[in-house]
Amino acid sequence: MPQSVAPRLGLLVLAGALVVITLASLAWGAREIAPGVVWQAVIDPVAGVNDHAVVRDLRLPRTVVGLVAGAALGVAGALLQGITRNPIADPGLLGVNAGASLAVLAAISLLGIGSAAGFVWFAFVGAALAAVIVYVVASLGWGGATPVKLALVGAAFTAIATSAITLVLLTDESVLAQYRFWSVGSLVNRPWSTVAVVLPFVLVGLVLAVPTGRFLNATALGDDLARGLGQNLLVGRLMVATSVVLLCGSATSLVGPVAFVGLMVPHVARMIVGPDYRWVLPYSALLGPVVLLVADVAGRLVARPAEIEAGLVVAVIGAPVLIALVRRSPEVSS
Amino acid sequence: MTTDLLTPTRDAADRLHAVAVRRRRRGVLVSSGLGLVTLAVVALNLSVGDLPVPLSQVLATLVGRGDETSTLVLVEFRLPRLVLGALVGVGLGLAGGLFQSVLRNPLASPDVIGVTQGASVGAVTGLLVLGLSGAWVAAAALVGAAAVTTVNLALAWRGGVTGYRFVLCGIGLAFVATSALGYLLTRSDVRDAQAALVWLSGSVSSATWEGNARLAVALAVLVPAALAMAPRLRMLALGDDTATALGVRAGRVRVLALVTGTALAAVATAAAGPVAFVALASAPIARRLVGDGRVALGSTAMVGVTVVTASDFVAQHLLPGLEAPVGIVTGLVGGAYLIWLLATTTPGGAR
Repeated sequence: MPQSVAPRLGLLVLAGALVVITLASLAWGAREIAPGVVWQAVIDPVAGVNDHAVVRDLRLPRTVVGLVAGAALGVAGALLQGITRNPIADPGLLGVNAGASLAVLAAISLLGIGSAAGFVWFAFVGAALAAVIVYVVASLGWGGATPVKLALVGAAFTAIATSAITLVLLTDESVLAQYRFWSVGSLVNRPWSTVAVVLPFVLVGLVLAVPTGRFLNATALGDDLARGLGQNLLVGRLMVATSVVLLCGSATSLVGPVAFVGLMVPHVARMIVGPDYRWVLPYSALLGPVVLLVADVAGRLVARPAEIEAGLVVAVIGAPVLIALVRRSPEVSS
Repeated sequence: MTTDLLTPTRDAADRLHAVAVRRRRRGVLVSSGLGLVTLAVVALNLSVGDLPVPLSQVLATLVGRGDETSTLVLVEFRLPRLVLGALVGVGLGLAGGLFQSVLRNPLASPDVIGVTQGASVGAVTGLLVLGLSGAWVAAAALVGAAAVTTVNLALAWRGGVTGYRFVLCGIGLAFVATSALGYLLTRSDVRDAQAALVWLSGSVSSATWEGNARLAVALAVLVPAALAMAPRLRMLALGDDTATALGVRAGRVRVLALVTGTALAAVATAAAGPVAFVALASAPIARRLVGDGRVALGSTAMVGVTVVTASDFVAQHLLPGLEAPVGIVTGLVGGAYLIWLLATTTPGGAR
């Protein structure tokens, strides 16, 4: 393990920030509720009290959704950027978002399903299928599933799926009416049953990601050196890919295709702790939910009493942060 | 300019030269092959349709001796659309080739760094908020693309532009633009949103000669500029230090290539909307066809033309009764073709 104390301290600070934003997410919203009442609603809710219902049935689920999806997206992004050695890789890269979107579209247009809760399984299966297809196709041909081939096959698959989606949307107005709201990404209206379904997958994905830090550090040096350092490329890649599929699939089925969190968070993590993936991964796991919840809370506050979806807000407040960090960082010079 | 500096490494330079000659031959071969394919696609595009025009009539019309109906069908409807497709293919293909070679990243393309998204926000704002139509939508798209690129350059500038900084800032801006787009689309009437979606999927069906002329003038400046950069880009690919030693001003070439690529993508997108995947896929396809793993800008432009014109033919006849926007088919056809290439390439052509 690294000897320095600073990364651990930073992790603690981040955990503190996460607690603060979690509380803010429970306390702030279109309806003004006193902090004492919020506390009581969480600890000892009284049936029939309106404020308690708002906190328990609306704010608590969306906060948990933000925590789960944010952690999943952050870690998935770090894993993907690590395994493809490409700083512009995002969780959408393996075709996961496109696959999930295509499946949700099929659910709307073929089966007439119309609620976010109903989309979960479709999004999940679509995401997993897409990732498997992309990985298998990239393994064909010479050289196996190299990072460049993975990225290009993922991009090609995304293009194909997006074309199919657009074709359906252009021909069927009623599908567009539903789909456009799913496609921007949001944390609201996800009931507990949905969260409970997805949570185990996220946990397995996170557990699988824990031991990959060393592998990602080694592959950063190139395939040959990684092999020389005793890493099994096939096993390592499969583990990372499985984790990515579980995490991206869960996150996308929960909140819709919100790729920006997974893209931005690992960069911010690297700028804080450096390139060691054993630190980048836990930092990303904490930064992801912070970013997603900040976006969600901001979206509730700026347009009161209406709301702006977290998926829309996250880029607007995340991009300036990313750009400021990119400008300041001395490492970003090549 | 660079020959004097090369003298000490004459031997290496000779070898490089031999490789370059071989490359150029292969490049010419691939380009002419693509040219033949494109010619066939052109013939199909002009002759097949609701009102079939036999090839002899097509030729006669092209030299100004066609009968009245053929002239009307070809000059008013099929030719402008074909020409627009070809021009857009050149612009997007070259833009992608420039980006990928200068940033040394196979995923880099104007779709990634915000040019396309900026143009889309401009156009959709024009369509949904300001109620513009026709050439004014193109103008709004151009304004959007220019705004995003200017902001990106300003933000990424720190006594020069490095590839990584430019791309990351661009990605940030692209996501901001995408959010704005999502906001516009979810807050508008669903019928208007669908109309905007037609523009957003990239279409050449409303091509006019005036629009084509404007695009052609822009490309007449930008394409030679891009092709003239090829030798210096090849040296830049050896690394900044080597390129500098060979007399290439790395920083300046990079900015020039990025600005040219952006301008190419912006004018093409303004004219036809964001035609998907052409910019991203043209260079990898060309690289694998030419077969030694480096960027060939000429072949890349040819691939762009072939992909767009062939896709437009498919788009017109894909589904009976529905004319699909070309951008849908470029995604399908280009994506499928790239996957096939990746899955079948042998060591000689792989990277």
